[in-house]
Amino acid sequence: MTENGVPILQLSGVSKSFGAVQALTKVDFEACAGEVMALVGDNGAGKSTLIKGIAGIYRFDEGEVLFDGQPVHIHSPRDAAQLGIEIVYQDLALADNLDVVANMFLGREVLQRPFRLDEAAMEESALKTLDSLSVTTVRSVRQAVAELSGGQRQAIAVAKAVMWNSRLVILDEPTAALGVAQTRQVLDLVRRLADKGLAVVIISHNLHDIFEVADRITVLRLGQRVNLYKTAETNQQEVVHAITAGKLEHVPGMASL
Amino acid sequence: MSETELPTPVERSMMQQAQSQSLADYARAYGRRLRSGDLGAIPIILGLVVITVIFQNLNENFLTPRNMVNLIVQMAGITVIAIGVVFVLLLGEIDLSIGYVSAVAAVLVALLLRGPTGISGVGRLMERLGITEPFNWWMAVGMALLLVALIGMVQGLIITRFQLPSFVVTLAGLLVWNGVVLILIGAGGTVIIQDQVIVNIANYFLPKELVVNDATLPVNTSWLVGLTIVVIFAAGRVSRWASRRKRGVSTTPVVIIVLEIFLVTLVTTVIIYICNLDRGVPLVGIIMLILLTFFSFLATRTRFGRYVYAIGGNMEAARRAGINVTRMRVTVFMLSSLMAGMGGIVLASRLRSVDTAAGGGDLLLISIAAPVIGGTSLFGGRGRVISALLGALVIAGVNNGMGLLGLSAGVKFVVTGLVLLAAVLVDAISRRGRAQSGLA
Ligand SMILES: Nc1ncnc2c1ncn2[C@@H]1O[C@H](COP(=O)(O)OP(=O)(O)O)[C@@H](O)[C@H]1O
Ligand SMILES: [Mg+2]
Repeated sequence: MTENGVPILQLSGVSKSFGAVQALTKVDFEACAGEVMALVGDNGAGKSTLIKGIAGIYRFDEGEVLFDGQPVHIHSPRDAAQLGIEIVYQDLALADNLDVVANMFLGREVLQRPFRLDEAAMEESALKTLDSLSVTTVRSVRQAVAELSGGQRQAIAVAKAVMWNSRLVILDEPTAALGVAQTRQVLDLVRRLADKGLAVVIISHNLHDIFEVADRITVLRLGQRVNLYKTAETNQQEVVHAITAGKLEHVPGMASL
Repeated sequence: MSETELPTPVERSMMQQAQSQSLADYARAYGRRLRSGDLGAIPIILGLVVITVIFQNLNENFLTPRNMVNLIVQMAGITVIAIGVVFVLLLGEIDLSIGYVSAVAAVLVALLLRGPTGISGVGRLMERLGITEPFNWWMAVGMALLLVALIGMVQGLIITRFQLPSFVVTLAGLLVWNGVVLILIGAGGTVIIQDQVIVNIANYFLPKELVVNDATLPVNTSWLVGLTIVVIFAAGRVSRWASRRKRGVSTTPVVIIVLEIFLVTLVTTVIIYICNLDRGVPLVGIIMLILLTFFSFLATRTRFGRYVYAIGGNMEAARRAGINVTRMRVTVFMLSSLMAGMGGIVLASRLRSVDTAAGGGDLLLISIAAPVIGGTSLFGGRGRVISALLGALVIAGVNNGMGLLGLSAGVKFVVTGLVLLAAVLVDAISRRGRAQSGLA
């Protein structure tokens, strides 16, 4: 337990290797309700691998995964979704040709009669979700995603993730492709998710964004966790230093036997 | 765009905005779609008007009732095949086998109806299986459609299992099924269809009076059918409007709904009236309408249709959403073969026979051109089932009009080709429009 909130997800000592490449070495990580946890590190530090392990796309070679304090095995994206883990991927995963509602419900459509889509019900709860996140810039939920700006798309992708009673939302570089104003909107949205009581994990290269929105910062370097900071008690220099030269506990780059 | 319209994080929630969609909002959304390059049915309707004006000026027989009825019968088979093509194109795939697959279905129906005679391989097989009677029409049709659906499944499985382009696999299919048609027809060269039900598909016209218990009522059947069409359409629109209103989500403005119902009534009335000046409303026209309605529903109101669009729009997104992409793709290739089979039977019914030329000529090309001319994108994810009808109407109209003018097949091909090129250009240009507005 931390003073930051109840841990929803806890990883302890997880490792993952791809052949000879040790992508993660005995990493500890946690995400708490109501808290934004940032995950930072240089290219190849293992951020995506860690996320994909949580998402059920990869399996960790060793280590323990606790969800709500219970040990769990996440073997597929479906397992992750069932636990309430949702991931907003960097490359959005929206279908441009479908409208906002269709995208938010893709793969989980509400049916009215055996075959018929319940468009009204889906539209209603899409609107409710967007309202609850104070997303007001989308003119109509019936417009195709192709018509939206980058920030609006990101907002839809996030809203899609939080619709499903999700407990933990992971965002991979949500502001990478956005301008200043739109980055602002998305960061506000990320903050609101945490304020609603969700656990939020955000991956970003932009420390400025991180310091604006995160409560704590996990720094990965060469597949190891080198530091865990409280945002309020650190500064950008310290974090940059950890990213580039943080102290490694294990010998990097080799599969441990 | 006015200043008041700029998106600002205001107090008016999306919920409230949605509920208060006015005619002006509707018009604005429509204008936005147009500007972003989504022209909908506008180019095709303009095209139809141009075609009509040109041909009517060149030959006054073009707009005669006789010719209009001919047109409906001529376009029916292609429209049915093209419905399947729409789904394949929506996935961003292509199916080049549909021409000869349609012929396989037609030949099978013809041979199964002829029964266990030693003239053909199918007949001998029936003999060997101890079948003594010819199939009746529904057994023959059912068997033929089942077999062509299997063809589609096999092609789909090969495409997905070995990750081959559909272009190549169905090109192989084109050759294979062409050969199979020739083998099935055998030495005879032509198989005559005598079954009255099958012949009626494309040769029956709704009776202009209704006979009940030997009493002839002064009721024209076609008007009853027309009334049914209008009532079903209106009921669908109104009930949808009412249920959305009850839910408090955005509704189409009442004026638009009234206008739509009025237009459908008008078009239905005019078509029935014209048909009745000649032989009457062709049965195949009604069959076509039922298929179009059913498949439009499938495409826009069911999970299946939603997934087809999603895969065509972003296959990776569909996969991450948990959609079984492989199964969907195989199913769509089955559907494509199935619709080709149905269309083949319609075409055979019209000719009352099947010969070695079945499925050949320009059938494949115009079946694929039809939805594209009708506005379905070759790039996947965009298009509507109705495009099959609109495109077939353009192609049949051009063919028919040039036939009246006594122009050669060569000229027909050139003109049809240019129409197709124009349609593809409209698609490409509107894609660019979308890309630009996406960046804006
Ligand atoms: N599927 C894979 N196969 C082999 N090596 C991989 C794979 N995924 C990641 N890696 C390696 O694991 C390390 C961590 O990568 P990654 O998790 O993508 O880092 P980050 O997201 O922090 O940039 C890198 O050395 C990368 O090359
Ligand atoms: Mg990465």
